[in-house]
Amino acid sequence: MNTLNTTVTGEVQMPEENAVPVQEGRPAETVIEEGKTVGRPFADDAKFKLRNVEVFYGQERAIKNISLDVARNEVIAFIGPSGCGKSTFLRCLNRMNDSIDICRVKGSLRLDDQDIYDPKRDVVELRARVGMVFQKPNPFPKSIYDNVAYGPRIHGLANRKADLDEIVENSLRKAGLWNEAKDRLDATATGMSGGQQQRLCIARAIAVSPEVVLMDEPCSALDPIATAKVEELIAELSESYTIVIVTHSMQQAARVSHRTAYFHLGHLVEVNETNKVFTSPEHELTESYITGRFG
Amino acid sequence: MTDQRSQAELVRQSLKRRYRKERRFRAYGITAIAIALAALVILFADIIGKGSTGFLKTTLTLNVQLDGQMMYLDDATDERQLKMADFVEPLIQALIREIPSVTESDRSAVRGLINPYASVTLRDALKANPEWLNTTRTMTFLAHSNVDVYVKHAGNEAYSIKLSEQQRSWVDQLQEKGVIETSFNDVFFQNGDSRDPSKAGILGAVVGSLLTMFVTLILSFPIGVAAAIYLEEFAPHNKLTDFIEVNINNLAAVPSIIFGLLGLAVFINLFGMPRSVPVVGGLVLTLMTLPTIIISSRAAIKSVPPSIREAAEGIGASKMQVVLHHVLPLAMPGMLTGSIIGMAQALGETAPLLLIGMVAFIVDVPDGFFDSATVLPVQVFLWSGSPELAFIERASAAIMVLLAFLMSMNALAIWMRKRLERRW
Repeated sequence: MNTLNTTVTGEVQMPEENAVPVQEGRPAETVIEEGKTVGRPFADDAKFKLRNVEVFYGQERAIKNISLDVARNEVIAFIGPSGCGKSTFLRCLNRMNDSIDICRVKGSLRLDDQDIYDPKRDVVELRARVGMVFQKPNPFPKSIYDNVAYGPRIHGLANRKADLDEIVENSLRKAGLWNEAKDRLDATATGMSGGQQQRLCIARAIAVSPEVVLMDEPCSALDPIATAKVEELIAELSESYTIVIVTHSMQQAARVSHRTAYFHLGHLVEVNETNKVFTSPEHELTESYITGRFG
Repeated sequence: MTDQRSQAELVRQSLKRRYRKERRFRAYGITAIAIALAALVILFADIIGKGSTGFLKTTLTLNVQLDGQMMYLDDATDERQLKMADFVEPLIQALIREIPSVTESDRSAVRGLINPYASVTLRDALKANPEWLNTTRTMTFLAHSNVDVYVKHAGNEAYSIKLSEQQRSWVDQLQEKGVIETSFNDVFFQNGDSRDPSKAGILGAVVGSLLTMFVTLILSFPIGVAAAIYLEEFAPHNKLTDFIEVNINNLAAVPSIIFGLLGLAVFINLFGMPRSVPVVGGLVLTLMTLPTIIISSRAAIKSVPPSIREAAEGIGASKMQVVLHHVLPLAMPGMLTGSIIGMAQALGETAPLLLIGMVAFIVDVPDGFFDSATVLPVQVFLWSGSPELAFIERASAAIMVLLAFLMSMNALAIWMRKRLERRW
């Protein structure tokens, strides 16, 4: 499995629990202390209070003892190399991991001081409050109007057609799609460009007026222009929503987020104000990652 | 440099080999398709060659003198008189007048040209129009099936002609005069089975098939789709569901005659349902079709992209809403296609129906789900086993009708898939 790594240094390195594989340009003795996060992981006005969160896929521990607060109306970016668990962690916040049979979540996850994983908790209600935008644009194969109207319809948010029309228009306006879509609301959504589809997905997510929007690499399938539009949108949305965004692009994290959290092999290594993370990271792993030495 | 050149040479040689391989592979493919097509063409040519004459009937057009005295009938509205009257005599007389060389002593030979049911046709006509008595009418009757075979297949070794030399010469003369003619065989589409090939038709079998298919469809489609949705979306993944899944796949491979035995044992012997009725046939075919529908529906559900499911769940749709609003509409074309293919299979099925008695000789067109009936493939089976050669062409014609049904069902499946897919 690790034969590729050996070709550079000539040594065989096996990654172990709590140990980081040794890579070029970085001292081999860097060890992450489990459950210890440098920087400022906690906030006063917390929307999410997450304590000692662990996620297991069968026997494998994907998230290792992470504690973090997400403040109200902040944009927090999760960054880190592939497979570090940032998406897994994100999906715990609205229980999207429930549909994976082998996935187990431990620890305390609270939204507005209510347990997210309470067995009595209604997942449908939780997801109405915590919306999600996915990596690949995934509009329903229906009309643009029906895509946006779907959430309000199933949650019974609008009783009259006029109310529904208003919600659809507002959501599309907020997503910056109204001008492009207003003349073809009945056209099928899958006929739009990738960037438009992703903004439609955002409109669909905010149509149910959630309190939090989770975004899992929302721009990874988009070109730079579409990306710029979505980023502008995130900045506007941050005035009224709490946004958690997973991204592979450090520039994007730097541009859109207030705080940045760096994940590494299931650990939360560092959380801090975004400009601090990118200008003077406290942890050497963070520094190595943002300077592009690995990842 | 030399190394590079020799490497390029090696690549060129291997390229040649690769292209040769590709050409060979393509040739195999074309051969396989050609063989399949040839088989299909031979099959169709054989069936159409044998069966096309099944769509023709041979008729006699006669000027019949409806002489009351000859027929022992003086009131055509009297049921009792109608039963006793002689309707064969006017036909024989009319035919004798058409053939100059015939004498009274050839009566029985002349009678051999007329269909045994022609007198019934005449009686029904008189019953409907009593005022025709003692007038002369030009009417068309079916010819005897031996005449039918002679007219259509004279000179064909495969058919033995059961007419005497004398009768043959009469038929030739009558054909020249236009008394004997062939025309489109409407009788074939209006009648049930019959002992007389010229009166035998497929209407009974077609109606039986439709009734049976209806029962199969309304049972197997909902049950199959519901089972597929439950297994795919709601059932927990454990030993029990694995066991069920394996057994559904096993059921799909069980020979159909076993389902017939099951139907006989359970529906007829245990539940006491009547034999040879469309309901039991439909139930048996449902059992046979269910695994096909479940398997194809599950495949259709599996092929719905998980991103759509995630999108719906992410907005807060419940499990049921995800399935009903998103998975089912997207999986529907696949489910329908699978079901229609399953139904087409059931339509062509013979073996299980033999065991539940749908192989009986049934003349009447069934009027309901609990009326004795037979189905098209069984009708073909019955006719092709008949010693009378005239039935062979009826069997081939029935095969053509069955094939037409199957093809239109397959076309429907393709059309539905195309139409429903375009919506998305």
